[in-house]
Order: sequence, then C-alpha cells, then structure tokens
Amino acid sequence: MADDAYKPHASRDDAADFRYHRNAFVVMMALFLVAPTIFYPVFVMKALCFALFACAFNLLLGFGGLLSFGHAMFLGMAGYVSAHAAKVWGFPPEIAILAGTAAATLLGVLAGLLAIRRQGIYFAMITLALAQMIFFLCLQAPFTHGEDGIQAVPRGLLLGMFDLMNPYVMYYFVLAIFTAGFLLIYRIVHSPFGQVLKAIRENEPRAISLGYRTEQYKLAAFVLSAGIAGLAGATKAIVFQLASLTDVHWTMSGEVVLMTLLGGMGTIFGPVVGAFTIITMESYLAELGSWFTITQGAIFVVCVLAFRRGIMGELEAWLKRRRIG
Amino acid sequence: MSEIFGVPIQVLFGQLLIGLINGAFYAMLSLGLAVIFGLLNIINFTHGAQYMMGAFAAYFLLNKLGLNYWWALVIAPLAVGASGMVAERLMLSRLYKLDHLYGLLLTFGLALVIQGIFRNEFGSAGLPYAMPGQLSGARNLGFMFLPNYRGWVIVASLLVCFGTWFVIERTKLGAYLRAATENPAMVQSFGINVPRMVTLTYGFGVGLAGFAGVMAAPIYQVNPLMGADTIIVVFAVVVIGGMGSIMGAILTGFGLGVIEGLTKVFYPEASNTVIFVIMAIVLMIRPQGLFGSR
Repeated sequence: MADDAYKPHASRDDAADFRYHRNAFVVMMALFLVAPTIFYPVFVMKALCFALFACAFNLLLGFGGLLSFGHAMFLGMAGYVSAHAAKVWGFPPEIAILAGTAAATLLGVLAGLLAIRRQGIYFAMITLALAQMIFFLCLQAPFTHGEDGIQAVPRGLLLGMFDLMNPYVMYYFVLAIFTAGFLLIYRIVHSPFGQVLKAIRENEPRAISLGYRTEQYKLAAFVLSAGIAGLAGATKAIVFQLASLTDVHWTMSGEVVLMTLLGGMGTIFGPVVGAFTIITMESYLAELGSWFTITQGAIFVVCVLAFRRGIMGELEAWLKRRRIG
Repeated sequence: MSEIFGVPIQVLFGQLLIGLINGAFYAMLSLGLAVIFGLLNIINFTHGAQYMMGAFAAYFLLNKLGLNYWWALVIAPLAVGASGMVAERLMLSRLYKLDHLYGLLLTFGLALVIQGIFRNEFGSAGLPYAMPGQLSGARNLGFMFLPNYRGWVIVASLLVCFGTWFVIERTKLGAYLRAATENPAMVQSFGINVPRMVTLTYGFGVGLAGFAGVMAAPIYQVNPLMGADTIIVVFAVVVIGGMGSIMGAILTGFGLGVIEGLTKVFYPEASNTVIFVIMAIVLMIRPQGLFGSR
C-alpha cells in the first residue's frame, strides 16, 4: 500500500484507475436502470439503500482506516426522523429525507467528537457503546413508538408532482439518491481531503508531523460518513414506510461491516457488491431464522482468515496483474 | 420504615445488591477481556458468547450428566477455556501480524456463529437452572434480607478477581506474562514458549467468561443471547476503566454495577444508558480511561 506513491508511473496508473472506475460505473448504472423491469423493485430499492449505507461506512473504514461498530445509529436515527417528519409533521418526502440526513449528521458530530479521542480497537468499542445508548433511547423515547416503530409513513408527492406510491417513480428517485451519494463519496475519496485521509490511515504520526491536524480530518470523515449513512436510512424509511428498532440495533452495525468486508473495503464498488450479495442472501435465508446469523458469522470468519481483500479487491488485484503482465 | 431521599431503605439496599451482583459480572468479564487484550492485543468479541457457553455447559452438566453446580463451576470454565484455545490455535493465531481490527472482526463473526447455533437448538426463550440446594434461602442481615446465592456470587467473584490479580501481579508466571506483554520477542529469547503462553492466556480469559456464565445460570435464565447485550456494556466498562490495569478492571466493574443499581432506584428510565453516559463523560475528561495509561 504505502509504496504505491513512489512508483514512477503513478500518473499512468491513475489514468488506468480512472478508466476502470468509469467503465465499471457505466456498467453498474446500466444494470440499475433496467433492474426494476427484471427484479421486484422494492427488493432492488432495499439493496440500493444498503449499498449507499455500506459506501458511507467504507468511506470511514476503507479510506480513513476507522472501524465504526455503531453505524446503525445513523441509519436508524435518520429513519426515525424522516418517518416522523413525513408522517406527523406532514413534510414532503424530499424535505423529510433531508431532515433525517441532517439529524444523522448532527449525531455524527456528537458521536465523532467523543469517538476520535481514542484509536483503533477503542474507537470500535466506543462507537458500539454509543450506538447501544442510541438504541435504548429509541426504545424508550415516545416519538419512536418503541417496539412498534413508526408505521404507515406516507411516501407522498416528490416535489409536489410525482406520486411515490408508483413503484417505478419511487425506484428512480431512490436510484437518483444512491447515484448522488455514490458520486459524492467518489469525489471525496479522490479530493485532496481524501488523500490526506489515506495518509492518516497509512501513518498517522507522520501525517501529524507533516502539519495536518489529523483529528479534524478524522472528525470530518466521520461526519460525512454519518450524514451519507443517514441519507440511506432516511430514504429507506420512506421506501418501506417504516422506521423500526431493527435499523438501530447492533446487528445492523455488524451487517454493514460485513457488506463492506465481503465486497472489499477500500474499493469504490466493493460495498455495493457486498450489499447486494448480503441482501440477496438475506431474502433467501430469511425464513430459516438464525441460519442467516450463522451464515453471516461464517462469512466474517472466512473473509478475515482467507479473503481479506473482498470480492472487488480480488477482482481489482487480478485486473492489475493482467495490466502489468 | 426509614427512607433515604424518599426511597425506602429496603428498596435502596435491594437495588444496591443487584448492582453489586451485576458489577461482579462486569468485573469478571472485563477482567478476562483485559487479560486477553494485554497479551494478544485482541478485543475478544466472542466473550459474551463464551459467557453464554459457560451457562449452557452448567445446564448440560446438570440435566444430561447429573453433575451439580459445584462440578459445573470447575468443569464448565475448563471446557469453555479449551474450546477457546482451539479457536485461538486454528484461527486467531493467524492474525497476530495483521491490524488488530481483524481480531475484532473474527471474534465478532465467531460470536454470531455460536449464538446462532445455540438459538437454533434452544430458541430464545431461556432455560431455567435450579439454584444449588446449599445456597438457597436467605439470611437476615438486620437491615435487609440477603439471598444466600447472591452473597456467594459477590464473595466468589471477589475471590476470582483478586486471585487473578495476585497471579498476574505477584507471581513468577505473572511476571513472564507481563514481560511478554511488553516485549514478546525478548521473552522468547529467554527460552519461554510465548506462543503457548498466548494460547493459555486466551484459554484462561475465556475460562473466566465461562466461570461467570456458570455463576449467572441460577440468577439469570440460561439464554443463547444472554451475553450479546452484556458484552456491549462490558466494552463500555473497559473504555471507562482503561485496559492498562487488572485492579482497574475490577474496581470499574463493581463501581459501575453499583452506579447502575442506584440509577434504577433514583431515575429508572436512565438505568439502561447510565454506563454509556458515564463513558461519554470519561472520554471528554480523561480519554485514556480512569486507570489507563497512554
């Protein structure tokens, strides 16, 4: 990883990377545009929401090197706020989603300020504990309706014109949100800010000695990741017309780690592939109850022991070998 | 009847006792985590599942083999510890050269597998475990009734905690352990088999979790998910105490249990969250933890 920067042909590699990313993006978008005609639109929408969630998580882990074990708090809280805004306050869907995203961003600032005080394993434990606190708050707060969740959330009229009860309208709206979030993350990763983030991941003391205030960069990455995770959660609540405790539970935090790990952390497309794989698996194994949990655990073990680059990581390594060889 | 801040004194002492009991479990579990972390640099996410395995081992020993609680107290920690050592040899030992986060992810995956298997077999309703006959009943302390078993949990956990502290801080074996924590290569060069020590240490930490599980079986129900939420609270306890010292883990565990118990009396709505709130406050004031060192 670290010696990449010293390669003489770095710029040629960059150009090749860009071509690969552009081509893969075109293929991905083409698939997503036709997907609802082949698959059940709600299924693809669910997968898209989780894909965005995993991409947001990957921004923090894959590019910032920070393992958050509490990302469910952003997904779930944004879902609650967006559902509440749409149902109780009667906000139009786009404003409700923005409200949910803003709530997650704010929560990201608070949680981030605490969590970045420690590194590595402690960071993971702190985010997990904070998320568990948010879970109990959601369990007890009146506005979340405890075990029932917020049900029958109206999807409403997008921009006052498009009826989101039409599954195709809803689908392309979700796809637009996913694409915007995805491109934003791509932009962040390839910006000077993203480069500093990678430098911190590789060697934080060195980044500090170069004069970077690493704490501020880490906080900014945490808040961005929280906000985009919130965007995914807020959208999900509108799609399913439901915000529930499932989305704030620690199992959800574990699930997004798994999606990212399986797809390939630190790759642009890995989290998308991972999310679609896990959601597909979930839909087949859902009736089997705890077998899904066992399978998830087993995938974790296999990925950590033998498959640390993940699906896209392996694929990209193979492409690179072919390019060089 | 006398009252303190409008709370009947019986209720206050009752919750204080429950707090001490919970604290005993926090102390035993965070102690195991601290011992494992010290040498392996891994946060053992499987700890909660291993605590649950201890309780189930006690249940099986009683109901399948007819071995009572006292046998379980010896056999279950050994069995759970042994299963931990197998996992360490087969899986964890491959990760020591990698980023510590992989250890967390692996043990998290193992916890999911173990909890899933137990839930598959036994559902999530929970199985009752009979109180050992010698420890049923209660005694009158004058100001309150102390159920004998609960008194025993506090005494036994204190013995185990301070025993562990003594071994690590005051014996030759403990000195090797502390030396290996500082510099494993150096200790190995003196002819001490560090990999074996690592395996045994993991087994011991896991065994502690199994022991706590047996202790918990008669109080809480034997449930496949009994460790899943507990371990998250224990993580918060570990963050508050800092993993630098054994004594710190013990004191923080008991102290936070008591605080949680008192919260149940004075502001029950916050009893689930109080430990996390304390964690947030400690992180603001003393990020390395109360007993931790940078």
